Amino acid sequence: MLRVLQSCTGLVFGVCLAHAQLISRPVPPSDAVERGQKQFVVQCGSCHGADARGEDNGPDLVRSVIVLDDEQGSLIGPVVRKGLPNQGMPAFNLSDLQIRDLAAFLRERTQTAINRNAYPILNVVTGNPKDGAAFFNGAGRCNTCHSATGDLAGLASRFTPAQLQTRFLYPRGGRGGTAPKPTTATVTPRKGPAVSGTLEFIDDFTVGLRDNEGYYRSFSRDAVKVDIQDPLAAHVQLLKQYTDKNLHDVLDYLVTLK
Amino acid sequence: MKQVVLATLFLAGTLAAQPLNPAKLPQPPTDSWPTYNGDYTGRRFSPLKQITQANVNTLNLAWTRRFAAGGGRGGGGGVQIKATPLEVNGILYFATPDNAWAVDARSGRELWHYTWETTGGLHVGNRGFGMYGDWLYFETPDCYLVSLDAKTGKVRWNRQIADVKQEYFCGPAPMVIKSHIITGVGGDSLDVPGYLESHDPETGALQWRWNTTPRPGEPGSETWPSRTAMEHGGGMTWHSGTYDPELNLYYFGTGNPNPVYAPQSRSGNNLYTCSIVALNPDTGKLVWYYQVSPHDTHDFDNVETPVLIDGEFKGQSRKMLAQAARNGYFVLLDRTNGKNLLTAPFVEAVNWSKGLDADGRPIPNPDMDAKPDGTLVSPTEGGAANWFAPSFSPLTGLFYTHASESYGLDWKTDLSKTPEGYGGRNQTIWMQNVLQAIDYKTGKIVWSHRYPSQGGNRSGLLSTAGGLLFGGDPTSNVFAMDPANGKMLWHAGLQSSVSNGPITFELDGRQYVVVGAGDSLYAFTLPGH
Repeated sequence: MLRVLQSCTGLVFGVCLAHAQLISRPVPPSDAVERGQKQFVVQCGSCHGADARGEDNGPDLVRSVIVLDDEQGSLIGPVVRKGLPNQGMPAFNLSDLQIRDLAAFLRERTQTAINRNAYPILNVVTGNPKDGAAFFNGAGRCNTCHSATGDLAGLASRFTPAQLQTRFLYPRGGRGGTAPKPTTATVTPRKGPAVSGTLEFIDDFTVGLRDNEGYYRSFSRDAVKVDIQDPLAAHVQLLKQYTDKNLHDVLDYLVTLK
Repeated sequence: MKQVVLATLFLAGTLAAQPLNPAKLPQPPTDSWPTYNGDYTGRRFSPLKQITQANVNTLNLAWTRRFAAGGGRGGGGGVQIKATPLEVNGILYFATPDNAWAVDARSGRELWHYTWETTGGLHVGNRGFGMYGDWLYFETPDCYLVSLDAKTGKVRWNRQIADVKQEYFCGPAPMVIKSHIITGVGGDSLDVPGYLESHDPETGALQWRWNTTPRPGEPGSETWPSRTAMEHGGGMTWHSGTYDPELNLYYFGTGNPNPVYAPQSRSGNNLYTCSIVALNPDTGKLVWYYQVSPHDTHDFDNVETPVLIDGEFKGQSRKMLAQAARNGYFVLLDRTNGKNLLTAPFVEAVNWSKGLDADGRPIPNPDMDAKPDGTLVSPTEGGAANWFAPSFSPLTGLFYTHASESYGLDWKTDLSKTPEGYGGRNQTIWMQNVLQAIDYKTGKIVWSHRYPSQGGNRSGLLSTAGGLLFGGDPTSNVFAMDPANGKMLWHAGLQSSVSNGPITFELDGRQYVVVGAGDSLYAFTLPGH
């Protein structure tokens, strides 16, 4: 049994750089993991650590080749039952079910180590909200476009701090958020009037926009002049200016906007 | 007499469909493209000049063909052609994870399709084949080296080169040097050690293995705090390198050290991770190394192609090696001994380093390591450059690479004394793709093309003696530019963005340009040919 997981290790604005497809091994049943954990802590934890990462007396089992190559106790069982006398590991008289439970717990531990997208992000709220407010209203000039009582009111109730951290650095739409203001463009042909609207597409050859009457208009780039007004340009500029302190202070200020 | 001539011609015609002539491998590619980079230098420069600046705007589609994956249990995903096809005697050979094809280069007609029944692994991409005579070699995501008969697509043998259960995955194009099939491995989610292997072309038997991290007591072990750290130190070998036949040195880049974002258990420079390495391909012995990212903490695999340049540097004729590294620095080395000639950033805002040491190596700034509350790092994890093929034109003296200006947040999530795996997370915040033309003599950006749309770009580059630079943009166009100044000369919109490195070759007196984009190959030629 193999599981197919679509993962996207390089997700950038919806472009999946990696197009990765992980064919992973089955997740062990949670009741077996729970039983295995209890047993592990009691019988193995003193040498290998309660989390199986190893201690001074016993090696890390999460990254052990025997554990990784094991299938439901096939390799773990003989080691546990015979012990490794040369390495100071005693033998344990365990039933087949107990061995399978231990194997389930260790498999869960390796899968947790492997699955980085599920690693819990720790506390990100470590700055100074007063200094953050000062930056917001001062050097950062965030208040040029935003207001704590206007567009940002209640912001912190819609996002976790970690979500808020990535979103204030460079906003994007999606669940819980208001879509950022669209990029607009003014296209000036060599002859005829300029056309303004919401930018829908641009590359080196074509520019496409939605005009004020809702019509889609596209132009060859070689025949027009294009002026783009990107409301997020200030966010990009700020990425180059933030100190580590500003970055965390601003987040702490935003976290107060509940 | 006439009959004799005919017989000779017939024989010559037959020979043309014969195995790959090894004499082709060190030559600049013309009628064939027999290695991942076309030749051993990694320049991706073709001496062909039928297609020129004057006529490129008449380039036509000769054929296009879609490919559907089959067989293996991993086959459900869409085909992404990241492989650079080989072109040998009028036939294109390429692979995707668990799948391989031979295609008539004149028509795009499929000749055979091989599928591999997978046992697992990360199906992130396959870079293609190596070829030796009539035999092809490719790697599968579950880390088997598979040899196929080029005539039929039938499997000759397979040989396990890494254990997928330990979280290795595989996909580089095997490098063929003399009678060595050189294979690499990938996988940095569980701190496995990296290595490079050489296999016998006839049987697949192991000839040698070089470990990218030392064992206790070996040179380099002083750059690790413990046996455990070096045995779990990573340093993958997931991209093929380049070769200098005169010096008999194989050059390649090694991946990042592990645990990736939580370095507290691996103080030191962590040799030979994130390095450019020169090995003797007959013995697998290290001849020199140059570490481009000492003690990396940002996942900056240093596997980007080491491009071989012969030319002037400060008035002296030199054999050099240039790399636009994932960490944002362009490095130029003397490839006879690995001595640094020049290091310069090739993107604007490299913020993870404190500058360069006396040997031109970036000095990491520990303040920019991942922190529990997040560190804003430029470039982000995907790097300023990546595996996407660069190109060097000896006509302009410029090194071309797609590059990303980017920022990302790095969070450390594992604060224990014994971190595992990634030990942290990364989120790209913003990214802008650019094409950089770098003067190898100074490291200066001579011209830069900034694509108008945001987002990543996986396209490789190709330069030609016709005064052209071919590539793909982030919005599904294949293009040709003037390599002297970046002026767009031709483009065509495809179904999806170019996902491999463009190649060119001559058949029946006509020059073809072939690109892969998503699940399709596209071949272009001039009209009237």
